[in-house]
Amino acid sequence: MSLALAFSTLTILLGCGFFAAGSIGLLRLPDLFSRLHALTKADNLGLGLVIIGLLPWVDSPWQGLKLVLIWLLVLLAGATGAHLVAKRALRGDGEDLK
Amino acid sequence: MKTLALIAALALLASMSLGLIQVLRGPSAADRMMGVQLLGTNGIGVLLLLAIALGLPALLDVALIFALLAAVAAAALTRRRLQGPP
Repeated sequence: MSLALAFSTLTILLGCGFFAAGSIGLLRLPDLFSRLHALTKADNLGLGLVIIGLLPWVDSPWQGLKLVLIWLLVLLAGATGAHLVAKRALRGDGEDLK
Repeated sequence: MKTLALIAALALLASMSLGLIQVLRGPSAADRMMGVQLLGTNGIGVLLLLAIALGLPALLDVALIFALLAAVAAAALTRRRLQGPP
């Protein structure tokens, strides 16, 4: 059990835990906005942990940079999408708040 | 490392199926859109894990495109509906 394998095992399993938390949160939370919290925050953190766990195993540093860039894109997309959905639900014609 | 990544990919597939329930159950369109967002993010996680486990660097680009499409989908839902019936 090399150090890198132990490190990536820990981070990847933690990341999967946060993904599961995000999914369960999305199902169980009562309100649209609280679901938005669960979805955006937990999943982005889970993805970040999975990527940190994968970093020691990439073939070249450029691939590691691509992994981090994918995470940044997902962060930006998640935050923007959450804001759009929340603003639409708040100020829209109310059909999102059944 | 390969088995760890495959086990983690299976775990992410399980949480993706939870997202499917939300897509079916969601009362409003925004809830269904969040279920699809969940599928997108989990799909990116599965793709990255498989890229490292199977040694296929092409899957990183697939995950990148997937992230782009998930972003556009959320924006498309909210913007299109503001203009009312097309």
